[in-house]
Amino acid sequence: MTDHAAPGAADERGTGSAPAIEGAAVGDRIYRGAITVFAICIPLLLLLIAIEVGIAAWPALREFGFGFLSSSTWDPVEGNFGAGPAIAGTLITSVIALLIATPLALGAAIFISEFAPAWLRTPVAFVMDLLAAIPSVVYGLWGIFVLVPILRTHIMPFLADTLGLGRFGLFSGPAYGNSVLAAGLILAVMVLPYITAVAREVLLAVPRSQREAALALGATRWEMISGAVLPYAKVGILGGVILGLGRALGETMAVTMVIGNRHDFTTSLFAPGYTMASLIANEFTEATKDIHLSALMAVGFVLFVITLIVNAIARWLVWRVSRGQGA
Amino acid sequence: MTGVPTTRRPTGSFAVRAARTVRRRSVLSGAMIALTYTAAILAMVPLVLILGYLIVKGAGAISLDFFTQMPRPVGEPGGGMANAIVGTLILVGVASAIGLPVGIGAGLYLAEYRTSRLATLVRFLSDVLNGLPSIVMGIFAWQILVRPFGKFSAMAGGVALGAMMIPLVTRTTEEMVRTVPNTLREAALALGYPQWRVSLTIVLRTALAGIVTGALVAVARIAGETAPLLFTALGNNFWSTSLWEPIAALPLQIFTYANTPYDEWRTLAFGGALVLIAIILIISIVARLVTGRRHAGGGD
Repeated sequence: MTDHAAPGAADERGTGSAPAIEGAAVGDRIYRGAITVFAICIPLLLLLIAIEVGIAAWPALREFGFGFLSSSTWDPVEGNFGAGPAIAGTLITSVIALLIATPLALGAAIFISEFAPAWLRTPVAFVMDLLAAIPSVVYGLWGIFVLVPILRTHIMPFLADTLGLGRFGLFSGPAYGNSVLAAGLILAVMVLPYITAVAREVLLAVPRSQREAALALGATRWEMISGAVLPYAKVGILGGVILGLGRALGETMAVTMVIGNRHDFTTSLFAPGYTMASLIANEFTEATKDIHLSALMAVGFVLFVITLIVNAIARWLVWRVSRGQGA
Repeated sequence: MTGVPTTRRPTGSFAVRAARTVRRRSVLSGAMIALTYTAAILAMVPLVLILGYLIVKGAGAISLDFFTQMPRPVGEPGGGMANAIVGTLILVGVASAIGLPVGIGAGLYLAEYRTSRLATLVRFLSDVLNGLPSIVMGIFAWQILVRPFGKFSAMAGGVALGAMMIPLVTRTTEEMVRTVPNTLREAALALGYPQWRVSLTIVLRTALAGIVTGALVAVARIAGETAPLLFTALGNNFWSTSLWEPIAALPLQIFTYANTPYDEWRTLAFGGALVLIAIILIISIVARLVTGRRHAGGGD
């Protein structure tokens, strides 16, 4: 970690051969020191975040131990807390989001990288980027006033009654609109552009020769994709999906605005629930006791650890693909 | 792909069966390609729906008052979000003052010493940092700047947003600096320039358009952030430009107004969302134009 003096600019052969002027060498050393300090800021920042969030969470973690992860008690009056339902809600909403977003993102990415006419490629990619730029709170606003009412009056009755899925626990109970399902749907829209962007990059990194070889063997255009391009790109695409998972796990505002905020384990997607992030955002201003505040920070710490691991895995997967190609 | 046809079914000649297989394969291919077209269209539908809805609902709230007036209590018609707009500008300013120098410096390091072990570590951790939820950044800033002082502040909000900017700016700076041709560096070095001057006056200047784009994209991303501000800037119904007082912000105001049952406030929330998204889209498009020109000119 400390041997940053390593090879130096590997691509600038001859840099070291010009110490003729004393001042230049001193200047170089100062410059290198300065940008090294900036670079070291990043690991330090991550470490500092871990320590500070950990400190804020410590009283609750010490008090409740590992039971904090599974307990469903959330009693600010008695000062007894457990994050089980919030952790479950986070995982369920994220899984719904990925199940919906992944096929669409993959299709859109294949369209952009393989089939779109050249003039359409850039505009479509640009629109997807704009979708990623819409703030979470705006998605939430749209969710409250458009998505939730449509769910309540059309989609939920359709799923439960018309399709008769109400018999199964997953789609049972009263249709309030504000629900785990609403949160999952809005998350799907939000992570879609992230997964598409990564999948697009990875597909573009697949060498041309791979495609030409498949076509030369007589493959149709789809067989070229499924037989030659996707196998080559699958690890990177998986990385993109996990990156989307990281986004979905930590998304706060839009989810807080549509999930209904109820602290309970639920089996029905129609029921209101909580995610870790929405629990923190929703209760922060109400938390007057220190242990309540610390319990919220402990939820934040759990979220931090989970997203850290998820992101590390995703980045590693994406790198494994793109580093090989040097695209 | 069925490969060599077997003689399992004796009916039909080889040619007929082969033709049938080819037809089946090309139909499948066409269907799958059509599916990717559908997916691409479906993926773009939300943008159209959201923008359309915001324009319909929010356009009525936009007037000169919206930009110049303070929020009014419930029941009083009119009022605007002047304080929230100024608050967002101040928060973005503080965040840029932190995020840009650190991000550009670290990006220069990654590009100039790209193979060192520190560079590999920093590059990886910067990507991990980029993926952390914004709410975690909020908790971090709350713990170091709000809790010890017992007071919410614009400074804490700016620090949370600035921390989010650092990894974004770092990676775009690195990418842009790496596209500067080595021949340019070598020419400057051959003329006797010390490396630090090559880096700062030749490389940085050549990559400037790209770095500006990266900075703009980062600003667009943090300008709409709400979650970290709940713990730090908090929001403020009054006019405040002090860095050490709670401050209003456009996204916070939208969130507050959206959760009220009052029609006037809801309309203002839509107006605020429209303004916020217009700012972000304009920044994104300007950023795109800056790099677009660079790519068209430079090429690689």
